[in-house]
Amino acid sequence: MASAAQAPDIAAVVDSVYRTESRRVLATLIRQLGDFDVAEEALHEAFVAAVEQWPVDGVPDHPRAWLITTGRFKAIDRLRRRSKHEVALDEEGLERIEAIADPSLPGEDEGLEDDRLRLVFTCCHPALAPEAQVALTLREVCGLATEEIARAHLVPAPTVAQRIVRAKAKIRDARIPYEVPGRGELDERLESVLRVIYLVFNEGYLASSGEALTRHDLSTEAIRLAKLLVELLPEPEAVGLLGLMMLHESRRAARVSPQGDLVLLEDQDRSKWDHAQIADAVRLVEAALASRRFGPYTIQAAIAAVHAQAPDAGSTDWAQIVGLYDVLADLQPSPVVELNRAVAVAMRDGPQAGLVLVDAILGRGELGDYPLAHAARADLCRRLGRAGEARASYARALELTTQAPQRRFLERRLAEL
Amino acid sequence: MRYLCLIYLDENELGAMPEKEMDELNARHLRYNEELLASGHFVEAEALQPAAAATCVRMRSGKAALTDGPYAETKEMVAGFYVIEARDLNEAIQLASRLPSAPLGTVEVRPCRDLEVEGVAYKASRKSRGRTFES
Repeated sequence: MASAAQAPDIAAVVDSVYRTESRRVLATLIRQLGDFDVAEEALHEAFVAAVEQWPVDGVPDHPRAWLITTGRFKAIDRLRRRSKHEVALDEEGLERIEAIADPSLPGEDEGLEDDRLRLVFTCCHPALAPEAQVALTLREVCGLATEEIARAHLVPAPTVAQRIVRAKAKIRDARIPYEVPGRGELDERLESVLRVIYLVFNEGYLASSGEALTRHDLSTEAIRLAKLLVELLPEPEAVGLLGLMMLHESRRAARVSPQGDLVLLEDQDRSKWDHAQIADAVRLVEAALASRRFGPYTIQAAIAAVHAQAPDAGSTDWAQIVGLYDVLADLQPSPVVELNRAVAVAMRDGPQAGLVLVDAILGRGELGDYPLAHAARADLCRRLGRAGEARASYARALELTTQAPQRRFLERRLAEL
Repeated sequence: MRYLCLIYLDENELGAMPEKEMDELNARHLRYNEELLASGHFVEAEALQPAAAATCVRMRSGKAALTDGPYAETKEMVAGFYVIEARDLNEAIQLASRLPSAPLGTVEVRPCRDLEVEGVAYKASRKSRGRTFES
């Protein structure tokens, strides 16, 4: 029998195993049991059993395998014990589950790796509402609690819970299969996954309104998720997105002043950038570009890499950036891309050249409600000495901006005129 | 599992389509029906007359209230439907995406459900194998 002194050690071990293995165990249980909720119950019961049995029997050599087997047996017990009047017993399904044989050797693990990938693709299925994809992914793949997800999105916890419940119901009712898409659908489906990951990252990077400029945890979670994805499925765009997020992240310390104010890229203290992270990210971006199968995220990452590699703002290779925006505009034409390109053109060719492009966009009736368009126009007018026009554009940008740090920045610029 | 595929098209665009193009579209649909039949996915399909030919029937207080036209006032109208048999939603989506009308409008893919009477499941559609209701 384990002594009382050993009990806290086992608790710590179980805790550690939970942190490192619970997501993988869950992913496999979902596949084996065919249901999210049943699998979650099984996961919970498996860990309860671990806390009870490991002090007595010792920690198993392969904890993950033990948890999967235990969870599955607990689920079978539970399904059998359910009253026949509650739900028709799916004998066929139960027999299929009971017949599952666990790998006898640790090497036969590959099925477990794919399960996390299956889980990611299922949670990010385009048939689910976008907010539901985000909530479900954060909950099932990242293991965040409902309250954590709610707090991060400034949304009530019952709303998040409802989204997750509905998403699981849809997966069950519409029969969304638990699988990694075949080659034919992979690109499209990967787009959905990457969109969710980048949404999560941006929720962390820029709060949609209010005081706080960054929410650290979600950005970290998004990067962790992207790293997992790249590990399991090293597609160029996934690699590109990871590089892009790492490059954004590398500037975290320099992006906000101690007062919580916005610091523009050109004004940032580059010694505060995480240059090790930049180096890693640049390697990833180069690998993605070399594949020649890259997409918009990779190009955005390449643009970020050009900035990141400039020792100071004045040394920025704007010509290369404009060239990259040309490629991006081709891959993913949008007025926002055009706007960003216009800003880069202004840096390369002077404010007049940029202003012509910005006015062309606004003249078409596009981005009229986009604060950054007016802020960009204001800045270009300011540089050209056209103070009156600059004032008008800053004012328009202020009307459209709700976030406090952005407002303070615009007000300061307005006052400086 | 059975899925209903509702084909929504803009009636104005459909009405403006040259006859030759319309014939080609219909021919593609008929060919696709054969493919679905051969692959075992086909359960049922119909092309519909325009919404103007529709009548809405409501029974209220034992009296039939009839109105001309479709139930919903939207730009896109149901132009036709398929009922298909598919392994899962991904397969249903694949089959729906290859419908000749799909590039022109929207296809709503909705799973069918069995009806339950006193805890026993029945399929409403006679075209599918499975338990049928006998009084």
